[in-house]
Amino acid sequence: MATVELLFSALPEHVRTARLVAAAVARRAGVDEAVLDEVRLAVGEACTRAVGLHMSHGLSSPVRVSLIEDEKKFSIEVGDDAPHRRFSLPGGTLGAGAGSGARSEAEANGNGPAGGGGGGGLVEAEGKLLPGARDEIPEPVPEEEEGDGEMGLAVISGLVDDVEVTTDENGGVIRMSWPTTEPVLP
Amino acid sequence: MDLSLSTRTVGDRTIVEVGGEIDVYTAPKLREQLVELVNDGSYHLVVDMEGVDFLDSTGLGVLVGGLKRVRAHEGSLRLVCNQERILKIFRITGLTKVFPIHSSVDEAVAATD
Repeated sequence: MATVELLFSALPEHVRTARLVAAAVARRAGVDEAVLDEVRLAVGEACTRAVGLHMSHGLSSPVRVSLIEDEKKFSIEVGDDAPHRRFSLPGGTLGAGAGSGARSEAEANGNGPAGGGGGGGLVEAEGKLLPGARDEIPEPVPEEEEGDGEMGLAVISGLVDDVEVTTDENGGVIRMSWPTTEPVLP
Repeated sequence: MDLSLSTRTVGDRTIVEVGGEIDVYTAPKLREQLVELVNDGSYHLVVDMEGVDFLDSTGLGVLVGGLKRVRAHEGSLRLVCNQERILKIFRITGLTKVFPIHSSVDEAVAATD
């Protein structure tokens, strides 16, 4: 299991708590001090996006944050329960079928070939964020759209080298990781 | 750490001093403040972010919204920020091209387009 797991009600006031916990666990895991600000910001953006999705879909389930300490890396997964929604950066670097430069990998749900499984998963819903995405400069977000999480994804892609976004009809997960040095002993 | 806001005027500029964390929870307070200032006829704003410990995309959205509002009245919105970790967020989102960013309130107040 994850080193630390956090479930919180999808409310804006709890995002700060998630940031603080993530930064504390990251520090203990040996993530470089200079990078902790990025961890804090990235996990905040991911949680803000998840909270926004839960609120806009009227979901009462909590947002899930898994903080995972491995030998050489520290990973954070932020999961939401919002039904799949296609998303893309202005540069077209996020999400399936995003066009030039973006590699989309369709993966069938279950073991069968696409379309053969009983679940009928949205195979086109699988999208991967590529490292090149951080070179994209998004347009400023109009105020009316500031809550839709697109700017948050843009910030994450600009901050984190190793990031992957997957979505399906049951929700989405943002996975991010950072290299670690020697763990900090107590 | 919550968000702290205070305003003062210097000539025709209104200085908005922001402290604490600007995130999805606190950003609405900053938005309210900016909207109120513009509604009251303050169209030349200087947002002093030297006391800001944390800024995320929600905060960026509010600042962009403020910029749109003052521009509708041919006003200006200038930022004061020297903190690298805050400046980095403006850089990676391309917003350094949108906002004039100054190193001091005096410099922002003295600046003209």
